[in-house]
Parts: sequence; C-alpha cells; structure tokens
Amino acid sequence: MELYGYRRENGRVGVRNHVAILPVDDISNAACEAVASHIRGTLALPHSYGRLQYGEDLELHFRTMIGTGANPNVAAVVVIGIEDNWTERVAGGIAETGKPVAAFSIEGYGDLETVRRASWAAKEFVQGASEKRREPVDLSEVVVSLKCGESDTTTGLGSCPTVGVCVDRLVDEGGTVFFGETSELTGGEHLIADRMATPELRERFMETYEAYVSGIESRGVDLLGSQPTQGNIKGGLSTIEEKALGNIEKTGSREVVGVLGPAEAPQDGPGLYFMDSSSAAAEHVTLMAAGGAVVHLFPTGQGNVVGNPIVPVIKITANPDTAASMAEHVDVDVSGLLSREITLPEAGELLMDNVRRTAEGRLTAAEVLGHREFVMTKLYPSA
Amino acid sequence: MHKFLVHKRGDHVGVATSKIGAGERVVGVYMDDDSTVEVVAGGDVPLGHKVAVRECEPGGAVVEYGVQIGKAPDGLSVGDYVHTHNLKSARW
Repeated sequence: MELYGYRRENGRVGVRNHVAILPVDDISNAACEAVASHIRGTLALPHSYGRLQYGEDLELHFRTMIGTGANPNVAAVVVIGIEDNWTERVAGGIAETGKPVAAFSIEGYGDLETVRRASWAAKEFVQGASEKRREPVDLSEVVVSLKCGESDTTTGLGSCPTVGVCVDRLVDEGGTVFFGETSELTGGEHLIADRMATPELRERFMETYEAYVSGIESRGVDLLGSQPTQGNIKGGLSTIEEKALGNIEKTGSREVVGVLGPAEAPQDGPGLYFMDSSSAAAEHVTLMAAGGAVVHLFPTGQGNVVGNPIVPVIKITANPDTAASMAEHVDVDVSGLLSREITLPEAGELLMDNVRRTAEGRLTAAEVLGHREFVMTKLYPSA
Repeated sequence: MHKFLVHKRGDHVGVATSKIGAGERVVGVYMDDDSTVEVVAGGDVPLGHKVAVRECEPGGAVVEYGVQIGKAPDGLSVGDYVHTHNLKSARW
C-alpha cells in the first residue's frame, strides 16, 4: 500500500516532522523548555535521568536518547546537556542518520547564554523542517509498535485480535512490527517461544523472559494489583495468565524473527520482533520509539490515555462503556465485535484505514489532547 | 441476543458483553464455532467479567482461550461469577 510520508536522509520513513529539543540529563530540562517556549514548532523532551548512571543502565540511557533523536519522525535535533562529553556522544549518535543536529553544553555558559545559542540553531532547524515534503512511501516502510494498556477482558475479545489482524497484514507486506511487555507474557510465554523463527532465538527469548520475571519474583511480593493492575481487575481480568493471553492476541500469528534489547533497533531486516521491555505504557512506547517505531497501536479496555511526544499512539477499544465514557481518547471503536455487529476482518479494515490516515498526518486523540509522556526505563539505582 | 462470549469450546469461562443480573438465564456464543450455550447466573456479572460455563473440581486448572489462566481453589459450578475471589494465578 502506498502512502505519503517523510523520507529521511538515511532512507528511513517518518510520519511526523518534529524538531526535538533533547536534554541529555534532568538538569538540562529547563534550558530545553526555555528554547521550546519561544521557538515555535519545536518539541522539548524533558525527562528525569542522565546523571551518575553507569554500566548497562547508562548504555540504555544513551541508546534511548540517541534512538529518540534518530527516530524518522524527528526532522532535526537540538541536544542540550550539562557538560560537553556526554552531550557530544548523544549528538554524534543522532548525527549518524545524516539529519541536522546541534549540541550545546551549559557549563561555562549558564542557562541564558545556552538558550540564546540553542535558539538560533532551533530556529534554523524549524525553517528547514518546514520545507520537507511528504512523498510516496510504502506502508511496509512504516515501523509499527504494539502495547495494550488498562486492559480488560474486552481487549482479549476484541481490540487485541483487531490489532493482530493488522500485524499479520503488515508483516505479510514486508513491514516491521515490535511487541514486548516481557512480564506480561507470563502464562503464554510458551506460545511466543513456539513462534520464534530459530531454536537460537527461542533460547534467547526464554533467557530474556526468565531474567526479567525472576527479577520481579525475587522481590518476594504479591503482584496482584500491580500486575494485573487495579484497572485490569476492575475490568474483569483475574490473573496474570488471563491478561497475558489477551495481550498476546495482538501479536497476530506470524513467526518472530528477532529478540531485541530495550530501545534496540533491528539490524536483520523486516518482520515481527520481540523487544525486552517494561509493561508500563509510557516507558514501553518510549523504548519502542527509540528502537525506530513511528506509529504505535494501543488497544485499551478500561481506557489508558497514554501518548508519546514523537510517535502517534492510536487507541483501539472494544469496550462499549469506555468507547462512550472516554470517547475523546478513542481513535478506533471496535465494540461492535462484542455485540457481533461487525466481524474481525471488518474491525481489521477499520484499524488499517486509521493507520494509513494517521501515517499520512491525521492527528491521534492522544496528540490532540497533549499526551507527550516521555519516560526513560531505569535499570538500577544511580551511583 | 447473547450476553456473553466464550473464546473456545472447552473453556471454563465466558466473558459478559452486557451486564448480567443474579439469577438471570443468559445465552452465550462460542467464538470458534458460533454455537450457543445457556447458563443461569449465580451472581451479578459486570460487563467484561466472567461466568462459569463448565464445572471445575477444587484445585483444578481453569481454562480460557484453550489455555490455563489459573486454578480454582474451591472449584467452580456452572453459572458462578468468576473473578479474583475464586480464581487464582498458578504463576504468581
């Protein structure tokens, strides 16, 4: 399917045209927000981390920062950090895409002088981005990620199977799709393991899954109320296994061609990928965007309202109560599946139509409502 | 008109697609073959919550989607409202 998107310098396809003002660390948020407040068309991405991290946790921080800036939905990036070493590392990683990047460090200048210098770069970047034109691209070039939230039994009955129909279609057309939510596969992890393309991948998936879940279980606490969440339970889900089986419905039925670390971009061509990730919505969408996803499909039952600053998050619900009571958050209503007024292939068509329109520029409910949750995953306490 | 859906034949539970009242006789549809089943609800079942369509012995595995979703420490009778009070995770 042909549609209109932005082809970036490295050939990758984006569906938005943001100029991001990216803080390397928490204490550079103020300068980034100051730039974004007076240079129209820019998007500050404040977050809470980036100081005294080390080891794998620091690597994930850099990967998330660089991946976010490198995402094809971003036309250009101004990077601001407290000191120049890590700031240059993030800017350099993003610059490998060929897109315009400028780096500024605050030490030796102060916020006001940094904001002045960064604002000049941001102004030039916005004017440059404003001249980018959408051009014909193929749907298979639009990388899609998946995660459901505030799930209930209607997600397993309706909205997740609807996404599953679309995932099979995207994969069959040569597309790339990410799913994850490692702990939320519990009870159905064998179903995902059975879909791994090779025995090596199967082994890697099970190692990844067991490492994540044993980390949770080592805390020795009752997870009922956290996973499944209070919202899940209110919506009728009773156990993690029941939640997982509904969740897995959205991954469709095709084989899984790769196991990615958090925020890792695939190197092995198109197909369906598992990414090791938190099941918390904002963290999850942030990791997948850093891995290169440009559109996110989000089935919800009780009404999760999450969005992301750079990636449109499409909400799909099959819960008729939620579709009515939280209508402003719902992009695709497939509640007709519960009343059996529509069929699953028809629901899949409704969603595919919305994906195409969103990819061509239609704003999602979360974008219009200002949901810009940008949440880094932290692996362990800072030094 | 159906008031609940069952994923697969052999599942112990169906999911209410409308609110079901205690004592109500309701029809459910199996999604895999469109056949129907009728139960009398033992309690109120809110939309999205589960009703038992098959008996389960005490401590037995409870199946939905054709896969185990937990165990029922005290067992289940047809028509029971099924949730966290009588269905427990077998994993954590």
